[in-house]
Amino acid sequence: MTSTHESTGAKSGSGRNWLLLLLKARTFVALLLVLAFFSVMAPNFLSTANAILVSKHVAINAFLAIGMTFVIITGGIDLSVGSVVGLTSMVAGWLVLNGIDVGLGWSIQFNTLEIVLIVCLVGVFVGWINGILITRLNVAPFIATLGMLYVARGAALLFSGGRTFPNLNGNAEYGSDSFPLIGTGNFLGLPVMIWILIAVALGAAYIAGRTPLGRQIYATGGNERGAALSGVRVRRVKMFVYMFVGLMAAIVGLIIASQLRAAHPATGEFFELNAIAAAVLGGTSMSGGRGRIGGTIIGAFVIGILSDGLVMMGVSSFWQMVVKGLVIIAAVVIDQAQSRLQARVALAQEVAQSR
Amino acid sequence: MTPAPNEEAHPVGLTIRGASKVYPGTVALKNVDFDIRMGAVNVLVGENGAGKSTLMKVIAGVEPLTEGEITVAGRPVVFRTKDDAAANGIGIVFQELNLFPEMSVSENVFMAREPLRFGIDIDRESVEERTRLLMHRLEQDIDPNTTLGHLRIGQQQIVEIAKALAQDAKILILDEPTSALSATEVEVLFRIIDELKVQGVGIVYISHRLDELIRIGDYITVLRDGEITGSRPMQGVDIPWIVQAMIGGESKDFSQSLSHEFGAEVFRAEDITLPKLGGGFMVDHMSLSVRAGEILGLYGLMGAGRSEFLECIMAQHPEASGRFFVEGEEMREKHVAGRIARGIALVPEDRKRDGLVQIMSVRENITLSSLAQFTTIFHLSLRKEAARALEFIKRMTVKVASPDNPISSLSGGNQQKVVIGKALMTGPKLLLMDEPSRGIDIGAKAEIYHKMRTLAAEGIGILFVTSDLEEVLALSDRIIVMADGRISGEFDSGAKAADVIAAASPGKTRNPGNIMNKEAVS
Repeated sequence: MTSTHESTGAKSGSGRNWLLLLLKARTFVALLLVLAFFSVMAPNFLSTANAILVSKHVAINAFLAIGMTFVIITGGIDLSVGSVVGLTSMVAGWLVLNGIDVGLGWSIQFNTLEIVLIVCLVGVFVGWINGILITRLNVAPFIATLGMLYVARGAALLFSGGRTFPNLNGNAEYGSDSFPLIGTGNFLGLPVMIWILIAVALGAAYIAGRTPLGRQIYATGGNERGAALSGVRVRRVKMFVYMFVGLMAAIVGLIIASQLRAAHPATGEFFELNAIAAAVLGGTSMSGGRGRIGGTIIGAFVIGILSDGLVMMGVSSFWQMVVKGLVIIAAVVIDQAQSRLQARVALAQEVAQSR
Repeated sequence: MTPAPNEEAHPVGLTIRGASKVYPGTVALKNVDFDIRMGAVNVLVGENGAGKSTLMKVIAGVEPLTEGEITVAGRPVVFRTKDDAAANGIGIVFQELNLFPEMSVSENVFMAREPLRFGIDIDRESVEERTRLLMHRLEQDIDPNTTLGHLRIGQQQIVEIAKALAQDAKILILDEPTSALSATEVEVLFRIIDELKVQGVGIVYISHRLDELIRIGDYITVLRDGEITGSRPMQGVDIPWIVQAMIGGESKDFSQSLSHEFGAEVFRAEDITLPKLGGGFMVDHMSLSVRAGEILGLYGLMGAGRSEFLECIMAQHPEASGRFFVEGEEMREKHVAGRIARGIALVPEDRKRDGLVQIMSVRENITLSSLAQFTTIFHLSLRKEAARALEFIKRMTVKVASPDNPISSLSGGNQQKVVIGKALMTGPKLLLMDEPSRGIDIGAKAEIYHKMRTLAAEGIGILFVTSDLEEVLALSDRIIVMADGRISGEFDSGAKAADVIAAASPGKTRNPGNIMNKEAVS
């Protein structure tokens, strides 16, 4: 009986279903559009060298956007990621240059792996503090992470008194000479940082789609009370997402310090806003409960390609900002239209079935 | 008792004739005639879903009538909006207070109707002065500048009444005004009602507390399933008469009892206490036990502490004290997840707010409490999950085109089945159900009653909360009545309706049998 109803339902709503499919894939359509536009308008845009360059720019934002997507799905926000990038790159720079001075006339030096681990722990620790503020002390995520934005930036500046740590080439004696490879090395023809991004993105998508934790992240954002009454440990879920985004920020801090072979305390300013933009462009709902890792990565690519392409076309940076802003607003407007249409289609399906 | 009302002294202020209200799928009012007499308390009583609220919404201009006419002081009127009704002198105080806790009393009273100076800014002095006069009229010593949130709930209710009077209300509708009030606050409210009566205000009073109605009412109208089943002056009315009119002679078709033996005790609560903000207890030293296969009905009025008791069992109130035992072993788990693992599952009262994640699909909702069943270490098997979801959708006979459709596209009854399915998937020993039939149509209700019977026959203990008298009488193997956070009566399945209602009246918890006797004597 259902088969006949489905077929009639499909016929009557086929135009609508087409539109819905198009709207669902809107970020992907946007990606194809910007790609097509710049391959025509900007010379050399389609070259391999340029593709890798753009990917490297995108990767920085994509890491943060992946973490941000989890946070936003739980209904929160993390404004501190940009500052944590600055802080963690300063920590990395300090460890490479000075090690830890224990004050006895000698210091502990670390190899690259140890530096990476320590820096990641710093990022996770900042996320842990954010999580404690939000889950235990009931501070609104916006306020808690806004505070952390200032604290982490201030800490980064205090590290060096505002100066840059230059020449982070590492020291072969200590085993830290491989440090610059994180941001500049290649493996099988692709930059190492792109491999890291691929691994992180696959891991995050796996968590979101195929683990109970992922399901609980969505449930927490969709209805916190309902999730809690269903046995979801909402506090743990929130702790996880803020620690995860802290880890992402640490990875970005490492990559930037390694790429530039220098750590500057102002690194990462406004990165949080780019990350939010990529997540929203990729279909993440700011009210929580909805979002996809794949969508976020495509969103990061749209933003990255847009800015790099406009640079290559010689458009002024002032106009770039305007264009970026318009694209983000348009994305949300289309998003609203899609949810309305989707609700209508689902309702029509139920009506068709009950008939 | 009230003195004999003089029909001459109470002119009819508003009449409704032949009123019908049809919603898609249900008829809420059938050919209802209703008069509101001025200078008197017009009591309206009926079970949940009998149509009281619909009738009041029609009078207050919130909903239009499908058929029928309303006349005010002899003129036929049509209320398109609440403002139309207010312009005709009708004020309503809803059960849920619609106030702004962060604003002052006077700002609340004149919300959205602020008097202006030269049409620009708010005339604060006039606002304060008029609020002061209103408070004086209501004999309340409340400063107009007090922040509303600082007032007791009873005083807030009075502010709500002042708000209605500020619009020159000649007819004042009070929907369950005493449900949140303490005994002394109720006395104050009754005094105010008496004064308003003297001032010629016609009052419509809706309540479930029958002794209260008999005390304050001058005229009584009983609704059942959208029809008037009794309408007369209050003289000679007693509780048995009201109950008879409310629930009628014959019972509705409830699922037949599947006879089976009860098993051993599956759950026991000992001395559960939940303190209330501002003193007193929401749950006052409650103890009860449920046996396997038993359906225990927990009946009581709103605010009796029933839902709070279930929430205590589900670890929602860390400040609660007392002990729980599942199959004889103490349950010390502090988390909902831990308690679910011990075999407790809750079907919450508010489906939308507590039961479902609206944004998720049917499948994701029904498996949310049982994800561990499909997980190896950290990997969630979507195939196993889908199969189990489908199994429960079939078992609960949820009507849905695809398990991946959003839960929000389902009807209330089907959503409720998903919530019950979610609870059952955890394999509970004790199923807690808070108002399991609220807001769903008759057909779905019957299915859910049948499901509860079947589950009990399978050996699950069921503890369900309801405000529906018929439901508790027909469905329960044993009935516990709560009032003021305490157990005020315990009955076997053959209990009389009047006894159960009497036990549920607050302030009488010491001696549940007493008021019946008093009524009979007087």
